[in-house]
Amino acid sequence: MAFLRRAGFALGLPIVLFTLWWVTSASSTDFYFPPLSRIVDSLVEEWFGPRLADDVLPSLIRLTAGYLIAALVGITLGVLIGTYKRLRDLLEPVLEFFRAIPPPVVVPILMLIFGIENTMKIVVITFGCMWPILLNTAEGVRAVDSVLSDTAKTYRISGAARLRNLILPAASPQIFAGLRQGLSVAIILMVISELFAASDGLGFAIVQAQRSFAIPEMWAGMLMLGLLGFLLSLLFRLVENRWLAWYHGLRRAQRAG
Amino acid sequence: MLEVNGIKKVYEGKSRTVEAVRNLTFTLQKGEFACLVGPSGSGKTTLLKIMSGLLDPTAGEVLLDGKRVDGPPPGMAIVFQEYGRSLFPWMSVRENVELPLKQKKVPAARRKELVDESVAAVGLADVHSAYPWQLSGGMQQRVAIARAIAYEPQVLLMDEPFAAVDAQTRADLEDLVRDLWHRFQVTTLFVTHDIDESVYLGQRVIVLSSSPTVIRDDVAIDLPEERDQLHTRSSPRFAELRARVFEQIHRPVEGQAHGVATHAPDVIAPSGATAVSATSDGGH
Repeated sequence: MAFLRRAGFALGLPIVLFTLWWVTSASSTDFYFPPLSRIVDSLVEEWFGPRLADDVLPSLIRLTAGYLIAALVGITLGVLIGTYKRLRDLLEPVLEFFRAIPPPVVVPILMLIFGIENTMKIVVITFGCMWPILLNTAEGVRAVDSVLSDTAKTYRISGAARLRNLILPAASPQIFAGLRQGLSVAIILMVISELFAASDGLGFAIVQAQRSFAIPEMWAGMLMLGLLGFLLSLLFRLVENRWLAWYHGLRRAQRAG
Repeated sequence: MLEVNGIKKVYEGKSRTVEAVRNLTFTLQKGEFACLVGPSGSGKTTLLKIMSGLLDPTAGEVLLDGKRVDGPPPGMAIVFQEYGRSLFPWMSVRENVELPLKQKKVPAARRKELVDESVAAVGLADVHSAYPWQLSGGMQQRVAIARAIAYEPQVLLMDEPFAAVDAQTRADLEDLVRDLWHRFQVTTLFVTHDIDESVYLGQRVIVLSSSPTVIRDDVAIDLPEERDQLHTRSSPRFAELRARVFEQIHRPVEGQAHGVATHAPDVIAPSGATAVSATSDGGH
């Protein structure tokens, strides 16, 4: 019962909006705002048809590659910068500068270096979504509780064991916050990198649809992107809930106590 | 066994220098249970951090079994006051107790034995798979104690471990610590600001002054070995010992260069003129 009520709450508004769009657009003759029924047809036929493998999959592969590299580099550098104050003082101004550069503007530059193929797009995604991961990790590592750290020291837990048993778990709530921000940045950059120059991908297909006046397909591409982002964030939350179960429990206990 | 020789600690700040610990010398014998009692802000935690190698002294040295301590030594376990911050919240009770043993490279079978024994000894055998934050404060501190016991330390240091739990839990934990000491014969130094607790628990009470800290007195506790909260605490001898410790703590410092001790850490001005009124010490 409680589950049904929650599902009803979650699905209520989307259903209302979808219905509203469907009804108001049903008799539309406007070329640029086709009826939702036609958009849905195109979504099913095109996007869940041939384009799934031709465009969605390549985009997803680039997204995954860029995101994973960013996570690896961001967490590694974040741990180092959070651990060594000297390194932090040295790198902070440079990091702030790089972070301030809007990632889309590096696309033209990276095109010159890496061409227009996968490498460029993966680098763009990595470059953009690495910063929130890196900075959040550094912050989390810096904020490791002093008593916990002393406890680990007195039990002579050092080196790799310290990293595995203390630093990474203690920083994991912030690391996940960074990864969550990074994911939405990565999705944006996945599309943007394909708008400039590409031969396949979601962003490319949407622009191509618009240029060839395949308007329902363009709208459907947008819906596809929305669905994809939604599914990815759902997946992310599943992973996070598993990893951070202890943290959510701890927070609940602290609020109750 | 554990020797503290002329330990001094001065914190150098930008605008002022604080002498937290002036000069401390004492020795713990093997298997001894001593309590260190002093008013709040008397540098007890500073001393404990120095003894455990977490902090370097300005002068003096700590020797464990004749070896100079210059980093956390093997064979030393500490139970901190902040139980909520000294257990790893992402590990179960069992994993918390086991982690130091893994680090010590204790073989798996022996590890299991030690964990089972110590978790049972503190009365938590049925919650070994729970997370620390699912337990009450007193139970969390029991986990920290179990972890220390399982480590089989030569020396167990406890830094005001029961200052943050309620009175009933505290009494239970005091008896538990005495029990465990009888059972495992670990050399124990128990730091507290509670005079009654210091007299009740140990064989010996080392009385500290307020900061800058010196040793005021070293009282042998000749209460019977079998102690219980009701009878021991109401015995005349307990009252006498308690009074003696109380007097020493509240006695103003005599004949020291920096005049009168206060609860606030002394600030050493360049001129050395730091005599402050003794009213806060209750020593009129």
